[in-house]
Amino acid sequence: MLKVSFFFFLRCGFRNLNQREKKTSKGRGRERKMGWIGETMDSIRSLQIRQVLNQAVSLGMIVTSALIIWKGLMCITGSESPVVVVLSGSMEPGFKRGDILFLHMSKDPIRAGEIVVFNVDGREIPIVHRVIKVHERQDTGEVDVLTKGDNNFGDDRLLYAHGQLWLQKHHIMGRAVGFLPYVGWVTIIMTEKPIIKYVLIGALGLLVITSKE
Amino acid sequence: MHSFGYRANALLTFAVTILAILCAFASLSDNLNVPNPSAHVQVLSINWFQKQPNGNDEVSLTLNVSADLQSMFTWNTKQVFVFLAAEYETPQNSLNQVSLWDGIIPSKEHAKFWTHTANKYRFIDQGSNLRGKEFNLTLHWHVMPKTGKMFADKIVMTGYRLPDEYR
Repeated sequence: MLKVSFFFFLRCGFRNLNQREKKTSKGRGRERKMGWIGETMDSIRSLQIRQVLNQAVSLGMIVTSALIIWKGLMCITGSESPVVVVLSGSMEPGFKRGDILFLHMSKDPIRAGEIVVFNVDGREIPIVHRVIKVHERQDTGEVDVLTKGDNNFGDDRLLYAHGQLWLQKHHIMGRAVGFLPYVGWVTIIMTEKPIIKYVLIGALGLLVITSKE
Repeated sequence: MHSFGYRANALLTFAVTILAILCAFASLSDNLNVPNPSAHVQVLSINWFQKQPNGNDEVSLTLNVSADLQSMFTWNTKQVFVFLAAEYETPQNSLNQVSLWDGIIPSKEHAKFWTHTANKYRFIDQGSNLRGKEFNLTLHWHVMPKTGKMFADKIVMTGYRLPDEYR
């Protein structure tokens, strides 16, 4: 997910970067008359140390601001991954593959009907399913939770670790509070076709280096 | 300043911003809707009621559920997930919620329904506390929006009681 937010930041960051560049490169209109390739060649040739540093700092700003936002979201929501992408169709028709869920991890106890994201021991990818049974202990307040995907036939005991009947509080990473369709496809495509990711990052990097106006 | 790249970038940023604002407004508009749902649940019969070999009580019920959730639907509603849960307290557990039946309502036309069903999920207690137990039946619904914030609410129906003996 980090990738998605990073991508958007890169785009927005570009705009600022371009505007800043615009101010510094006033009076260089001559270059605009050349073709795009000539312009690029020219810009590469005329790279100066100050400009390179400037762009490096701008790029660093973009990356760090993306990181700050991400970590800030983690603090606010209290969930270690505040935004997740749905990877399977087990919650259809509610959530389809490629949809984005916003998580929140509050102190409120878990109740039946809530959609939670949980991690099962020995399983790498967290699962998003709905709580169907809750048993909350009188003395300790501990909870036993059973989940099920809306589109699945049976409950999730088959997905849990061998012999595990219930989820406990520590398995649960957060509960879904908001929903945004389709946006997660960016991440899915990038994970499944890494070549697209590298091409994209390369192109963006080249743009950062060569952008003058 | 007027290069193709710059214009494409500006256009994309603008388009994404507008889309984000529209999504936010669609989600906010859900707050204007004040639903007035109604529900009625009847326990028609106790099919069987026994103690499992591991000591947990299990009961099978036949239910008649009728509800009118039409007022839940707005233009930003994708579906409503509705479920009926038995809720009760036992000496060791301060809250037990056991989902007995659930359903997905895809559109407003299907939001006024009644169904006659045995419990879809097993009604098993953690322990042997169900004999003569008073419990609530709660109809919960979770509104899934086309985009934005999810809503949930419930109607609690009280005064149900399980028999004193296994059968």
